[in-house]
Amino acid sequence: MNTLPKANTKTWREKVGLAEMLKGGVIMDVVNVEQAKIAEDAGAVAVMALERVPADIRKDGGVARMSDPEMILGIKSAVDIPVMAKCRIGHFVEAEILEALEVDFIDESEVLTPADHANHVDKHAFTVPFVCGARNLGEALRRCAEGAAMIRTKGEAGTGDVIEAVRHMRTIMGEIREVQNAREDELYVLAKEHQAPIELLRDVKALGKLPVPNFSAGGIATPADAALMMKLGAETVFVGSGIFKSAASLSDSERLKSQARRARAIVESVLFYKDARKLAEISRNLGEPMVGINCSTLSDADRLAERGW
Amino acid sequence: MPQIGVLAVQGDFEKHLEAFVRAGVAPSDLREVRVQEDLDAVDRLVIPGGESTTVGLLLQRFGLGEAIQARAQDGMPIWGTCMGMIMLANRVEGRDQWTLGLLDITVKRNAFGAQVHSFEDAVEVKGLDEPVMGVFIRAPIVTAYGSGVDVLSTYEDKVVAVRQGHLLGTSFHPELTTDTRLHEWFLTF
Repeated sequence: MNTLPKANTKTWREKVGLAEMLKGGVIMDVVNVEQAKIAEDAGAVAVMALERVPADIRKDGGVARMSDPEMILGIKSAVDIPVMAKCRIGHFVEAEILEALEVDFIDESEVLTPADHANHVDKHAFTVPFVCGARNLGEALRRCAEGAAMIRTKGEAGTGDVIEAVRHMRTIMGEIREVQNAREDELYVLAKEHQAPIELLRDVKALGKLPVPNFSAGGIATPADAALMMKLGAETVFVGSGIFKSAASLSDSERLKSQARRARAIVESVLFYKDARKLAEISRNLGEPMVGINCSTLSDADRLAERGW
Repeated sequence: MPQIGVLAVQGDFEKHLEAFVRAGVAPSDLREVRVQEDLDAVDRLVIPGGESTTVGLLLQRFGLGEAIQARAQDGMPIWGTCMGMIMLANRVEGRDQWTLGLLDITVKRNAFGAQVHSFEDAVEVKGLDEPVMGVFIRAPIVTAYGSGVDVLSTYEDKVVAVRQGHLLGTSFHPELTTDTRLHEWFLTF
């Protein structure tokens, strides 16, 4: 696996380019080869390989770290679609290990326990592209400044409650509109308020969007949730616990079938997010969604989105 | 007036739309193709980069795949970039994967390896005076082709661009560069 990288393998264009290729798709959390294959067969554009989905990380508590390389490699060899994996915020050695494993994207994720109280990973130093979570425009642009090639709203992972994903997407899109409407000479103050580089605010004003693709994550559990996030401005959705924590009361074989149906339905809902008739068809007979946790009952310590600086 | 279609089921279709605008095409002459009605309105089609399993499943499930096959039989020009070339291919190496099966080639997916091996480099294209900048992202290559297929480009002895009559396939992504020569050329098909 260790052929020397070719010249020109670290260009920004390729990093953002891979994110562009994932647009209009669904990226699914998987914890083993069986789930990875179900995800690929259902039409996922990529899988996120991790040992525990966020719902279980919440339940188990303790410190959540990078997954065992053995399981990541197992999933890599089982599917042809891109494989992503998570490192802790600021843990650049976990990131180096994931790069050595040749994962296709690294998620520097608040779902894992942060490793640095102030610094995120310097993502420009890597060949592999990174995705990072954000709750607002300033956080998104700080991650871009550090070299993130894709941003995702954080939402509240592992809850199956979409309210925080909606809050973060509305916040980011609203703040983008505010920047677009600002005069050039007002961008300096906006840069101060958002704690973000002025050059990136100029990019946002010119583009009317983030400088990198903007995806959504954290609480999406149904085709309607996925379509809602697309309508609010997401370019692709991540579904974590929403698929493989659904149909929990069924027998093993029935559960997998039900989860495969749900996975497929969410893929279809991203394509037809503007078409309510199609969504009505797609949403039929999907069985029980994940039970979930109402975000308003979470204590501050249980709010993963607060992690990241 | 017929429009230029870009398949918008999944992938970097917006980049192709932007590239056509840079090439001087009016935005009103461009159309995102998601359903049959869109396809009926276009006289040529680009299939962009993206994930071939995702797009293959969706094309099959909603009947658009058959409609594209029928139009291709009638001679509609189609250009596939990266995933799009996989969709056009007759065969995918090592996988039993549904494709449109229009271009008489065998493709190998992710032929250069994982994302860390993605790269860009100058690529000569038959018919163009100057090379293009080939952006290869988890790119496929052509490993076998029929006698009716014209090889347009090789990179390190690997076939990375082909033409068969009104069908064009490239492993790389001209839509991610500012060079619009291939987009302009496709409009002459």
